[in-house]
Amino acid sequence: MAGVPGSAPALELRGITKRFGDLVANRSVDFDVVGGEVHALLGENGAGKTTVMRIAYGLTHPDAGSVLVEGHEVAIRSPRDAIAAGIGMVTQHFSLVGPMSVAENLALGRASGLRLDLDAARRRAVHAAERFGIRVDPDARVADLSVGEQQRVEILKALARDCRILILDEPTAVLVPAEIEALFATLRSLLEEGLSVVFISHKLGEVRAISNRVSVLRQGQMIGTVAGSTDERELARMMVGRPMLGVERSAGAPAPSEAEPVLRIRDLRVDGAHGRPSVEDVSLGVRGGEILGVAGVSGNGQTELMAVLSGMRRPVAGTVSVGDLDLTGADPRQMTAARVGRIPEDRHASLIPDLSVAYNLVMERLDDFRHSGRIDERAIRAHADELIARFDIRASPDDRVAALSGGNIQKVLLARVLSRDPRVLVVSQPTRGLDVGATEYVRSQLLARRADGAAVLLVSEDLDELLALADRLIVLYEGRIVGEMSAQEADREQLGMLMAGRGRNP
Amino acid sequence: MRLSSISTRYPVSPWSTPALVLFAIAITFVITAGPILLAGANPIAAYAEFVVIPLTSQFTLLEVLVSATPILFTGAAVAIAFRAGYWNIGAEGQLLLGAIAAAGVGTTVGDLPGIVALPAMLLGGAIAGAAWALLPALLRVRFGIDEVVTTLLLNPVALLLVNGLLHGPWRDPVTGFPESPRIAASAEFPALIDRSRLHLGFVIALVVIATAWYVIARTPAGLRLRAAGLSPHGARFAGINVSRTLIVAALASGAIAGLAGVSEVAGIQHRLTSGLSPGYGYTGIVVATLGTLTMGGVVLAALFLGDLTVGASTAARSLGIPSQLGAVVQGVLLLTVVALLTLRRGNSSRPVDAGPPAGESAEHEPAPTEGAVT
Repeated sequence: MAGVPGSAPALELRGITKRFGDLVANRSVDFDVVGGEVHALLGENGAGKTTVMRIAYGLTHPDAGSVLVEGHEVAIRSPRDAIAAGIGMVTQHFSLVGPMSVAENLALGRASGLRLDLDAARRRAVHAAERFGIRVDPDARVADLSVGEQQRVEILKALARDCRILILDEPTAVLVPAEIEALFATLRSLLEEGLSVVFISHKLGEVRAISNRVSVLRQGQMIGTVAGSTDERELARMMVGRPMLGVERSAGAPAPSEAEPVLRIRDLRVDGAHGRPSVEDVSLGVRGGEILGVAGVSGNGQTELMAVLSGMRRPVAGTVSVGDLDLTGADPRQMTAARVGRIPEDRHASLIPDLSVAYNLVMERLDDFRHSGRIDERAIRAHADELIARFDIRASPDDRVAALSGGNIQKVLLARVLSRDPRVLVVSQPTRGLDVGATEYVRSQLLARRADGAAVLLVSEDLDELLALADRLIVLYEGRIVGEMSAQEADREQLGMLMAGRGRNP
Repeated sequence: MRLSSISTRYPVSPWSTPALVLFAIAITFVITAGPILLAGANPIAAYAEFVVIPLTSQFTLLEVLVSATPILFTGAAVAIAFRAGYWNIGAEGQLLLGAIAAAGVGTTVGDLPGIVALPAMLLGGAIAGAAWALLPALLRVRFGIDEVVTTLLLNPVALLLVNGLLHGPWRDPVTGFPESPRIAASAEFPALIDRSRLHLGFVIALVVIATAWYVIARTPAGLRLRAAGLSPHGARFAGINVSRTLIVAALASGAIAGLAGVSEVAGIQHRLTSGLSPGYGYTGIVVATLGTLTMGGVVLAALFLGDLTVGASTAARSLGIPSQLGAVVQGVLLLTVVALLTLRRGNSSRPVDAGPPAGESAEHEPAPTEGAVT
């Protein structure tokens, strides 16, 4: 499938260097992608892979280096220039207009003239959704969609533009296996038409499944380019400089299956958008020392379930209890007081990004850090120093949380929650967007809590994660539990079917 | 190891806040040179007159402090509310309510000594200002009604209330003018320096600002207020009662704005008049913004605007230019500061040249300096 030998690459980056202050994000990086190939850019978070591609798309300006399209140097000052040169990019952070519908958002990218033909836009949205095998309601308001659904709209938007070079920044982070397969099938058909794809990822399996070539970046430097068939151990070694370890729950689960559940949810119902319940008739129990995995495509009620368990949202009906304590409609303070630890999918919004690490670590319990009416800065700092060391947070107490990497932000939240010794943990997408090291760390912490007897509810779209960590699994589809099984019995294909709504009825 | 050095540092914005304000002042002088030339004066001479001359004599220096007094109060009031994420545009109305209460108490405490009369007046003014701020705050947290609209719309209502009183029950019985009777002598703020207009209100304003600084910077309640302003969702998630924080911030803001009204009645006018405030509440927004919502910044900004006010009136006499040019300079300065603040924020959130958004990787955008406490 590679391009004609001797012809210029579709996109070539030469000697790209980018500094942010003292930090060198890219050190003289060379990269090229030819027509009809997927060239993966592999690396941990912070390796500089996103930065180098943002430069290609005009979102960031390089300090040195040049961008060539079809062998000709082009000046890319903004995404407008990049689009004109045939480069499209799906970034991790969405550029969608929340109050508008999916169809309107797709129309925005290609609107021309004064009149906006919404019917045509809607037809195009339906058509594009079918053609690329990505299921989205064209009339849904984007703001009502879950993170995963919004990303699907972003992918559609980029695909619907007539680009020759498509850059995807971790496009699969919020997709389930069936959708990833559909996306890959789409990409393959586009390749046959001569399109080039740059696939940014840190997931080895995906990279091997789709890529013709793989280039690995580490700490801003290009480590090397190898064939897509290179084995995972080798890729992992290139990426992290050491072989990857697997974190998995020990066999022989310690959870006594006859014990009473600690966290118990009965007949829960939560209202969603469009007046239709987003969680309905959900009943479940999680015992101490057990991890209950919640599988499902994002947008099937997980966000609302987490919001209730975090104390951020009141259910319409049903009960939530921990031990003998009724926590139905409890607020965040009551949840914390009941020793429920909460780690939601949106880490940023769960912290105060503009305040320091030290303040964020004590934000739930400021009254414990009061000394004759004042904030006890010394105690807060000592507390932060202790947790930073204990949870391996790579930051100093005075750093703003917003300035940390995703992995360290997650560790701050994790430290805040786990330092209070919760007996119930509700966790959603704990490793999304984290690099290999941070992912292993977070997973090992969850397993450590399980070993200490905490009841853990783990919402994840990553089946590998669920299968590695959970003792039992439930599958949510359109707000209802459509399947339940022990992790040992679970098989990937059956899970995939249930998640896609093609399982047996409940 | 290298990773830790990546994750713990990020480039500081080239536009630190004081630099930005100084730059804004420079731009403002360039822009306002046009109108000053049109008025027939040399811009350099006019700026010297605006800024420098007021600081050269004791009389004008004291007048600068007198001019700064009401906007010290309203600037602090607005800054506290804004820090909590509550956009109180109603300091003007809250000031007027404080003035009404001050006149009401001041005209009825006739025989009481100052030691009783002054605290009674301050308390009354603070309560009246807070009460005027309460309704919009409740509407905001109960029904999500935008406080920018409600607090703003209550300002003309407060002015109508003042005029209604002055043309009705409180009309001066002696002169028949629409002014309240003079407050009792014991209720007047004493002058700080003989034969000057500088009065006790200036000291009270500084005490209020020092207290506000202490509460915001040093107490758990202040940290909660900052957290609620910086990220309401994150604050609520951490168990902070954001609604209550907003209401408390709104009431504190209203009370301090009310004190501005007390200060003008007890320190300057000695009675309630309809022209009591030439928009001190709105100027408070300018002061808070110029002071970047920090208490130290509010003091500097209020003194600077006080300087400008005195300078504009002396310039009117010495250079023969309209004194309104002072207001023009002030207005242009506000627009320039807001524009520069927006540009700086836009630069850090708009991805061009700013690196990827913070949090997804170790490369970082220039840090906006929100949350700084002076």
